[in-house]
Amino acid sequence: MPDKRMTEGEVVAELSSGMTIGIGGWGSRRKPMSLVRAILRSDLRDLHVVSYGGPDVGLLCAAGRVRRITYGFVSLDSIPLEPHFRIARQTGAVEAREFDEGAFYLGLLAAAHRVPFYPTRAGLGSDMLTYNPDLKTVTSPYDDGTELIAVPAFDIDVSLVHMNRADAAGNGQFLGPDLYFDDLFAMAAERTFMSCERLVATEDLLAEGSVHTLRIPRLHTDGVVEASGGAHFTECPPDYDRDEAFQAEYAATARDPDAWARFRADWLDLPSHDDYRARLAERAESAPVKP
Amino acid sequence: MSDATIDEICLVALAESFRGDGELLCHPMGPFPVAAGRLARASFEPDLMLTDTIAYAVVGTLPLGATVDRPGGADDGIVVEGYLPFRTVFDQAWSGRRHVVMGASQIDRHGNQNFAAIGDYRKPKAQLLGLRGAPGNLINHATSYWIPNQARTFCERVDVVSGPGYDRVAALPEPSGRFHEIRRVVTELAAYDFETPEGTMRLRSIHPGVSLDEVLAATPFELTVPGEVPASRLPTDEELHLIRNVIDPTSIRKHEFR
Repeated sequence: MPDKRMTEGEVVAELSSGMTIGIGGWGSRRKPMSLVRAILRSDLRDLHVVSYGGPDVGLLCAAGRVRRITYGFVSLDSIPLEPHFRIARQTGAVEAREFDEGAFYLGLLAAAHRVPFYPTRAGLGSDMLTYNPDLKTVTSPYDDGTELIAVPAFDIDVSLVHMNRADAAGNGQFLGPDLYFDDLFAMAAERTFMSCERLVATEDLLAEGSVHTLRIPRLHTDGVVEASGGAHFTECPPDYDRDEAFQAEYAATARDPDAWARFRADWLDLPSHDDYRARLAERAESAPVKP
Repeated sequence: MSDATIDEICLVALAESFRGDGELLCHPMGPFPVAAGRLARASFEPDLMLTDTIAYAVVGTLPLGATVDRPGGADDGIVVEGYLPFRTVFDQAWSGRRHVVMGASQIDRHGNQNFAAIGDYRKPKAQLLGLRGAPGNLINHATSYWIPNQARTFCERVDVVSGPGYDRVAALPEPSGRFHEIRRVVTELAAYDFETPEGTMRLRSIHPGVSLDEVLAATPFELTVPGEVPASRLPTDEELHLIRNVIDPTSIRKHEFR
């Protein structure tokens, strides 16, 4: 089997400005944050981000790397509105291409299946159509003649996903409660790079989860990055919960340019994910112990 | 004489929106609606399917905040009966076997709901939650709304339509809108439905202690008011026990009434 191991830096070297980048996970859950932080270290810009968005979208917006967002929502879960995304919308800094959450799934599915669209009722009568001028409806060719929305295939250049476990060939395993749509992100994209909490030997993939958790076959994976803590500060169960204190600090930087500059210096302007982890370990040691 | 408080009366009024649903996915969003769904199943609508708000369908009445992966206590009685990751939830929504309760930042007399943005959507004065799942929910199955601030939320015209109301759906070509239903709107003052010939909002019941004048003062549009408006019913003793001791022992439900 092929060996697809890479580093975050090698993944980002495969990207270029103007690309459409799909990002797996859901809100502030199991996001490939070490890869997002690697993008922030690069000079990539004018990105079109496709995401069930969380801090991945917020960070890329705050750093001015995003031209357009295709999204089902952008939220930090415990903080319902992603504050950096909110600013980007309210200042008109990004082009919004918003879909009903379920319709978004069909855009990924259409791309994964290489069909131009999937039909759905989801969105009819709402302003999803009003503010997506490119979105078209289609009429059933059968006797019912139902008018439906034709959700276009989300053509993605590169998808980034974070798994709990993977092998060097790019078989990905989720061990938490929900895969979300990561398999479809992988299939919808020209190329997919997968980070994981722990790289394991192929023969050990069933040690922690049943065969039902092996949901991304290596057929759709172009590179694998081992990144323990790679989803921080989003949750990555069962490996770790969301770092709510860290997330709250991140969210507060949207209200204060000085705080954002400090956050960048402390957590983003670091040479590597290993440096990020080292700083997190220092933070944990200096933090007051909770009762 | 019942010692039920307004939050408990509202909770029962919202639970009533599930009456008659039988066997479907009861999928309320947010702690207060979740409590209402759990109350409905624990009392008069026992066949509903409910989740732990994460990805599991569970049997037994969970307290607010507890999930399968984070039990609230040793005696929670959590039994998993099914697996409902987000993809399956969308599939269920489109199958129609689902009834959601959502919130709203604005809602008009036709039931058009907005929690996407205030101002011009293209460069909003305030970006809110977004369209979220509202477009797909409304056009596929029953939806109810929980609105704890009626005067701030009821409006003449919504800035953005997240969840389409009856006028928007009536304008669609047949039969695209055939599964659309706004079952109930419950506020801190009263309960409403859309049981008028043109599908506009109708006062269904007024919560005990609230006057019709208060309801009308908090309604900036023409509201259908029947000749006799019943009072929203009081919780039974069993319901009060369930609310206070089982579903919400830490009184999370009261947060929206501060």
